[in-house]
Amino acid sequence: MTGPALQTESAVTTKQWVDMYRGMVAIRRFEEHVNELYTRALMPGLAHLYIGEEAVAVGVCSALRPDDYITSTHRGHGHCLAKGASPRLMFAELLGKEAGYCKGKGGSMHIADPATGNLGANAIVGGSAGIATGAAFSAKRLGNGRVCVCFFGDGAVAQGLLYEVMNLAQLWQLPVIYLCENNLYSEYTHTSECLAGDLLARPAAVGMRAESVDGQDLRAVYQAARRLVDSARNGGGPAFLLCNTYRYRGHHVGDINREYYRAKQEEQRWMAERDPIKRHAAWLIERNLADANTLQQIEAEVDAEMQAAVEFAIAAPYPGPDQVEKDIYA
Amino acid sequence: MPEASTRELTFGEAIREAIAEEMRRDSRVFLLGEDVAEAGTPFKVLSGLVDEFGKERIVDTPISEPGFTGLAVGAAMTGLRPIVDIMFGDFATLTMDQMVNQAAKIHYMSGGHWKVPMVMRTTLGATRRSAAQHSQSLHAWFSHIPGLKVVVPSTPYDAKGLLKTAIRDDNPVVFFEDKLMYGKLKGPVPLEEYTIPFGVADIKRSGNDITLVATSSMVQVALGAADLLAGVGIGAEVIDPRTTWPLDERTLIASAAKTSHVIVIDEGYGRYGVTAEIASVIAEGAFYHLEAPVKRMGAMHVPIPFSPPLEDLTVPTEQAVFAAARELCGKG
Repeated sequence: MTGPALQTESAVTTKQWVDMYRGMVAIRRFEEHVNELYTRALMPGLAHLYIGEEAVAVGVCSALRPDDYITSTHRGHGHCLAKGASPRLMFAELLGKEAGYCKGKGGSMHIADPATGNLGANAIVGGSAGIATGAAFSAKRLGNGRVCVCFFGDGAVAQGLLYEVMNLAQLWQLPVIYLCENNLYSEYTHTSECLAGDLLARPAAVGMRAESVDGQDLRAVYQAARRLVDSARNGGGPAFLLCNTYRYRGHHVGDINREYYRAKQEEQRWMAERDPIKRHAAWLIERNLADANTLQQIEAEVDAEMQAAVEFAIAAPYPGPDQVEKDIYA
Repeated sequence: MPEASTRELTFGEAIREAIAEEMRRDSRVFLLGEDVAEAGTPFKVLSGLVDEFGKERIVDTPISEPGFTGLAVGAAMTGLRPIVDIMFGDFATLTMDQMVNQAAKIHYMSGGHWKVPMVMRTTLGATRRSAAQHSQSLHAWFSHIPGLKVVVPSTPYDAKGLLKTAIRDDNPVVFFEDKLMYGKLKGPVPLEEYTIPFGVADIKRSGNDITLVATSSMVQVALGAADLLAGVGIGAEVIDPRTTWPLDERTLIASAAKTSHVIVIDEGYGRYGVTAEIASVIAEGAFYHLEAPVKRMGAMHVPIPFSPPLEDLTVPTEQAVFAAARELCGKG
């Protein structure tokens, strides 16, 4: 999204709210295809699905300029798509094909794309916090007005690096947003078993501005992100935004039997009552910003785009053996 | 090196001059670390740099090695060229995720899209009576990892030329400085600008009877041993690889083929270490020219002890290299 900053809900155009709907649907469809590719044994490795958390990626990335930076996580497909990644190149990368974003050398957990400011998804939990803070350091030093959003989950809150760089960012007033997606589970363990004290007391300890929002409410996420990003861009320093959300699926696609760590009813309740896509659709219709036909048409367009992207990726060739020793050094 | 245009600098002065020249040349270069600005580091290697470049470019950090190293990785990806100062090589262990999982892999994992042009400067070497957490030589750890380059200079001339190359390199480079050399070791350094390419070994002394491959702190030890060996009629060739990766295998193999006797000396631990790798390269490349197995000398395989008589036992000495070389040449 380009152009002047949009400060309030009323300043967001109908088209932008509808585009955000499209963005969330695209992530969900993308991930459903990933699930299918994985279960059909077409996708090697691991697949950590973002389904259920779409409002966070879309709400936050819609508040960014195209040249702003993000760092992402092992559960990063949503962040990359919301920042502007092409589904064709994403699927190709997930299948290990040379046409993929990283020539097939990174895979699902390492999508990176300079053109969309994506510094890379990271498979070390909390591992990108330093990179994100460094990008903000560059932005401030070079005076280019960019902001960096560091996505991480509740699991990363137990990692030491995060506290070191939050201290640096606050000391040096760097334009970085620490974006915590609390989906309630660190792999197979509930957050209550991992987290002592209050999560928001952590940024408060270094004097950092911190807010929390309902991560299933697209508009709430967007508006909070917009406020904090605009403030950081204008010299207001870093911020911490906690988005309370929920991972509908397992830690990865193979995590099917989850009853030993969470009840099916819990999952069903989140899906039935708080689904971010359904909620945004209802709001668009209620406000007469879109009708059901328009939304169905968007879904059909997204379906067609994703289907074509999957077919492109399946047909694309694997890298040749000459690629294995390339790109080690610049 | 024309004589008229050289002067004597200490190892530390050569390092400082390389940093200052590169910072003047390229406004993207900046340095960060603990007590690097007004303090100029505990070794005083960086004294005065903050006066010329200011605290914006000579950046004091909290005691937070993983944090400011990670920050440097991100800054390197987004338009700056950081030099990270890690006071003691032992503290580099704290940065391993940032260096090994992040900096070293980002270029490859991104299919060549992102680059990480950064230098980590740190130290190695024992016998400073600093005990087990301030004395290790851990350059082998980084040499093990594809995506990193590792520099181990042994003279002021090499230190300056190699550090300038490191700062201009578009990859993460780990640069190990022997902290005992900073004020003690002096040598000629040209006034004119120069750089030294990576992966080119330097023959510090020529000889026909035995090859002493030595790195960093052990080069002076090997040169001292070579003097002693000359006294008993053994001509020792001293070769300094200067970078452990890339490694100038050809020069090492050629010297071994010429002399037929080789000792590899490095202050790191020998087990799975730099001496093991170099001995293996030579054994594979010059096997049929060797008259004896390649010998390795390094730190004793113990945590570095504090007590001086114990600590001194752990590091190879001129006398020990001299004795080993005589024995290897059958003239012991």
